[in-house]
Amino acid sequence: MASSIRVRATANGDITEVQTLIQHPMDTGLVKDSKGELIPAHFIRELKFECNGKDVFVANWGTAVSKDPYVKFSFKGAKKGDEIKISWTDNKGGSDTTTAKIA
Amino acid sequence: MTTTTGPFPTRRLILQGAASVALLGLGNLPFGISPALAAANDKYPEEAFKQKNEADAIKALYGKTAEPSDKVKLDAPEIAENGGVVPIAVATTLDKVTSISLFVAENPNALAASYRFADGTIPAVANRLKMAKTTNVTAIVEADGKLYSATKEVKVTVGGCGG
Repeated sequence: MASSIRVRATANGDITEVQTLIQHPMDTGLVKDSKGELIPAHFIRELKFECNGKDVFVANWGTAVSKDPYVKFSFKGAKKGDEIKISWTDNKGGSDTTTAKIA
Repeated sequence: MTTTTGPFPTRRLILQGAASVALLGLGNLPFGISPALAAANDKYPEEAFKQKNEADAIKALYGKTAEPSDKVKLDAPEIAENGGVVPIAVATTLDKVTSISLFVAENPNALAASYRFADGTIPAVANRLKMAKTTNVTAIVEADGKLYSATKEVKVTVGGCGG
């Protein structure tokens, strides 16, 4: 199965820019479906970026993050070819992990 | 007085041990899977995400108040046509940044996202948030133990709460 996580990590000198797009409904628990029933909350709570054995960036999210979330950040200390590990967990216990090579 | 208890210390230890095991067991039950998640990562700020208004959410997350600073740059659109997807970016020139959090004042729950930065991670982040209606977006930067903020009003023409 294709991963829910799409990452693009590019090194420019000492700085690596990481752009991530995740497929996730990010339901708030406040919206009703076409039958008028509440769609239960279903959202990513935690998203973690690891590089060379260190957490470089951690996101804690609530329901206000848009559907199919996008996040961008940059960090120092990695080089081309290094691997970044990205993992998320949601409020229903779902999770996904992927790795990406820095280009 | 110190050595009069004879064998009792052992018994007391065993009792204490049993009691704490029982407490731990009970404590874990109501939370289901969340203790494991909390232990694996630094800790998800559950309480802060539940707060309705911004001041309470800031208090629950940081336990103190922020002072406005022009060193926090909040980049948000003047007008968002679709409140479901509002691009928001924060950057700062402050040193020793450990976290950046985003609040949307009049959302059902004010805290939208909170990011933690390691040493060497550039203190800037871009993401997309949902906004229920026209309101203030506040970014709080935690740097060297102090809080700095920037606020901007975003006009929302169609709310992000769906149906």
